[in-house]
Amino acid sequence: MIPPLQPGSPTHGPRRTTRREFLGAATVGAAFGWAGCNAAPRFTGAIVGPDRALGHRLRDRDLPPPESSERHDVVILGGGIAGLAAARSLALRGLRDVVLLELEPETGGNSRSGINAVSAHPWGAHYLPLPGAQANEVRQLLAELGVVTGFDAQARPIYREEYLCHDPAERLFVHGRWQEGLIPQLGLDPGERDQVSAFLQRMEAFRHQSGADGRPAFAIPVDRSSQDPMLLDLDRITMARWMDREGFQAAPLRRYVNYCCRDDFGAGIDRVSAWAGIHYFAARSGVAANAPTHSVLTWPEGNGWLAARLREPVPAGQIRSGHAVFGIRHDDRGAEIDVFDAAKNRSLRIECRALIAAIPRFVYRRVHGLPPDPHLHYPPWMVANLTLDSRPESRGMPLCWDNVIDGSDGLGYVDAGHQSLFPHPRRTVLTYYRPLDSADPATARAEALKADWSHWCDLTLDDLSVAHPDLRRRIEHLDVQVWGHGMIAPAPGFIWGHRPAALTQREGVVYFAHSDMSGISLFEEAYTRGLHAADAVFQQLQTTA
Amino acid sequence: MNDRASRLLLLGSVFVIATCGLVYELIAGTIASYLLGDSVTQFSTVIGVYLSAMGAGSWLSKFIDRREGWIFVQVQLLIGLVGGGSAALLFLLFPVVSSFRVPLYGLIFLVGMLVGLEIPLLLRLLKDRIEFKDLVARVFTFDYIGALLASLLFPLVLVPHLGLVRSSFLFGMLNVAVGLMSSRLLIPPGPQRRLLSVSGFLLLGGLLAGFIASERLMAWSERSAYTDTVLYAKSSPYQRIVLTRNGADLRLHLNGNLQFSARDEYRYHEALVHPGLARLPEARSVLVLGGGDGLAVREILRYPSVDRVTLVDLDGDMTRLFRTQPLLTRLNGDSLNHPKVSVVNADAFTWYATNRQRFDFVVADFPDPSNFSLGKLYTTTFFQRVRSSLEPGGALVVQCTSPYVARKTFWCVNQTLRASGFNRTAPYHLYVPSFGEWGFILASDQPMEAPLRLPTGLRYLTGTTAPSLFEFPPDMDAVPVEVHRLNNQMLVRYFEEEWAQYVH
Repeated sequence: MIPPLQPGSPTHGPRRTTRREFLGAATVGAAFGWAGCNAAPRFTGAIVGPDRALGHRLRDRDLPPPESSERHDVVILGGGIAGLAAARSLALRGLRDVVLLELEPETGGNSRSGINAVSAHPWGAHYLPLPGAQANEVRQLLAELGVVTGFDAQARPIYREEYLCHDPAERLFVHGRWQEGLIPQLGLDPGERDQVSAFLQRMEAFRHQSGADGRPAFAIPVDRSSQDPMLLDLDRITMARWMDREGFQAAPLRRYVNYCCRDDFGAGIDRVSAWAGIHYFAARSGVAANAPTHSVLTWPEGNGWLAARLREPVPAGQIRSGHAVFGIRHDDRGAEIDVFDAAKNRSLRIECRALIAAIPRFVYRRVHGLPPDPHLHYPPWMVANLTLDSRPESRGMPLCWDNVIDGSDGLGYVDAGHQSLFPHPRRTVLTYYRPLDSADPATARAEALKADWSHWCDLTLDDLSVAHPDLRRRIEHLDVQVWGHGMIAPAPGFIWGHRPAALTQREGVVYFAHSDMSGISLFEEAYTRGLHAADAVFQQLQTTA
Repeated sequence: MNDRASRLLLLGSVFVIATCGLVYELIAGTIASYLLGDSVTQFSTVIGVYLSAMGAGSWLSKFIDRREGWIFVQVQLLIGLVGGGSAALLFLLFPVVSSFRVPLYGLIFLVGMLVGLEIPLLLRLLKDRIEFKDLVARVFTFDYIGALLASLLFPLVLVPHLGLVRSSFLFGMLNVAVGLMSSRLLIPPGPQRRLLSVSGFLLLGGLLAGFIASERLMAWSERSAYTDTVLYAKSSPYQRIVLTRNGADLRLHLNGNLQFSARDEYRYHEALVHPGLARLPEARSVLVLGGGDGLAVREILRYPSVDRVTLVDLDGDMTRLFRTQPLLTRLNGDSLNHPKVSVVNADAFTWYATNRQRFDFVVADFPDPSNFSLGKLYTTTFFQRVRSSLEPGGALVVQCTSPYVARKTFWCVNQTLRASGFNRTAPYHLYVPSFGEWGFILASDQPMEAPLRLPTGLRYLTGTTAPSLFEFPPDMDAVPVEVHRLNNQMLVRYFEEEWAQYVH
């Protein structure tokens, strides 16, 4: 814990005047904070992101019939991580006749990012844990991208340190001040403290546990986890039920675990399965020569950095954004898709020998004319990017990468300036995350799509002002993005019940690749599935050529 | 004025005395917490001293046999003076006294004693006008309500809107005003009352002046934090630059931290530059990171073989100052205007992102790693960039704070340089009177075996003293430490821990 006021030396170190300067700053800050509450917003901003009009035309099938046709070897639907991974893999193998169709103006999916004069910043996924032993594909990718620069004598990867999350990584606002780390420490009674450490020990034990089949209990990718029924049983109950059963009742602990589940799945401990909840803690087992396990890789633009690297080897002409697919037909020899080109306001038909459907399964089902699958839940999210003219003041631990407010409905914010080696001395961009999980997904989505910009500003500032009364007057610009369907939420019985049978990997020449097939929306899942779909397509083309 | 009104007014004065007294106590407690830290101890001792002083005041009241009214009013005025000026006085005294607790507790005791004196005096003044049980009930009711008011006003209104210094002056004026009013009730017209009125109004004027000038008073106290004359003070976008003078001595402070004293800076800068550069006879190009004062560049320009010096300093205000002020260009030998020297104002990391030049010698003269932003300039990632910009056989020297005060910090830089790929590191140190024991580390890929060829005109280093710099006595010798990386910032954590211990 670094105290905010640094007593120092009469020489190079900071000296006593800091306390007086702090006093002045605190007094002025309090006065401004007071006045700021009632001030009208002095900042600009808008709701940005998904092309809702196009999405709705697609949903209502209000699109013109195809007027021309094309033939290609491979069509990839969706330019998220899975689609980009497939496109990259095919490009690196030398396949030329590939087209990737993306609904939005930009590829990247949940890893999309933005950039302004102050900093690049994420709009969704913003970090990648060090990949563990099972994530071969991702470890290989990181070596190819130069994120891993070599290996030490024990064969542990050496990561490029500017991509490892810089210190200090995380802090929690609790009882009116910031503490270092997200695990609650301030103001716990001894009983609560014991439960927190017992819980963490339990998770650590799960991390090292193997099932009867010798595979790790919890792995990334999910399908490489043990199939031991004793472990899979954990998927039948909610995380809250499991914590009840194990006697983990302490309120600060439950708030922490609830935060973790909402952060990773967009749903809290009473909605996600215990298997998924434990997976969050027990599946991250990557080692490094120059960082401890549990370290993460991150960039100012979050996983937008990875999306951009995946896009690099893909020839520019292969990616067609602003294209809405509204019809899919396929047989054993090929597939035929109808697609609307928003820029040209006309539709065309594309025939292909193989199709990679790297889109969420609910979208595929809709386009393919199948009824909705009631087991697929994608809670809505809102993300705000706040451009600040100066960094907010803090009591306790100074600004970190990930900053969480205990007991809040939001998930706190990430500082885009944190990973910069040449940050702007004053300005920065904070990315605020909030799953909209107070109602069921459909209701929450309907409400979210109706809300205007000022509603989201109020929601964001009401939440963050608890920790930063001075935040409002520092904001220059505040953009909001609403994800109608965020990440898939692993309800009990989904990952090891419904999923394996319902979310097939291949139907004829259609190869599916999306993280919802894993039940957990992670970069590693999407990337691995995209890569394997590309492998299978390559195989098919080789054998039929 | 009728008796009832005068009784009410006197009881009202109890209310004001209680409110003001508690406000002074809270102000003292807050100032002590801010300046000394550990708010629990500060508030607890301030409250204890204040309450016991009230007891002492009450006890002393028994020695007052005559002229209670006269004394009551005088004490009121005195509380206004001492209490009203207390915040400003404490701030002004803090930087100049060696033991701040003496004036702190002295002031609190004085205010507490005076307030403690007032209540018994007032009881005696009113004892003939109100029945005893009513009197006691009313006096203490007003006393405690006043305390409640103060405790609410202080955090909600006074601190956020007025600040401590102005609050204290405001309540001082209130004390004096009530004193003046009670003098009209308690003291018959005459020279005595006139004397009290005159002194009261003078006091009121003084406190008002203090209230208005409190901003300037605070600024003056900042100036007096520097015992020397302030020649120049400016806030650049990055730091507060203050230049002071005392006789022949010039001193530069950045954010209150001494950067150099003209009296002994040659020791620091000779040690920074020559042990490395004097062993690089072929050195032609030199890079200085930080060091916007141009003093390291002055030393580098002593080598005729060096034909290019690049100085990268974040702060344009700093380099401008040291290029234009005659007092300063005389000190740095006008080094920053030398034709061999080019000055770039950029963050070192940012500059490295686009740099393609290579250097024979690099001088990293950054501020100490006192926060996480500065810490990034001492990481493996940064040192690797420096290393890749060195010509074969080139060397880097890093200023590394005090190996005596911050031993782990110093050796952590050494470990970090090793982990960054420098095969050879040579830590050394010397005594700089204005800094204390100070350390540097020279890092290179190959042993620096060329003989030391010191330039002429040095005032500290000689062929005999230079090798002794590399000897470390046991109390500064290497300790086991971790490598400082972007993802652990060990150095900042060591630095914080060690300097904190040194000060307390």
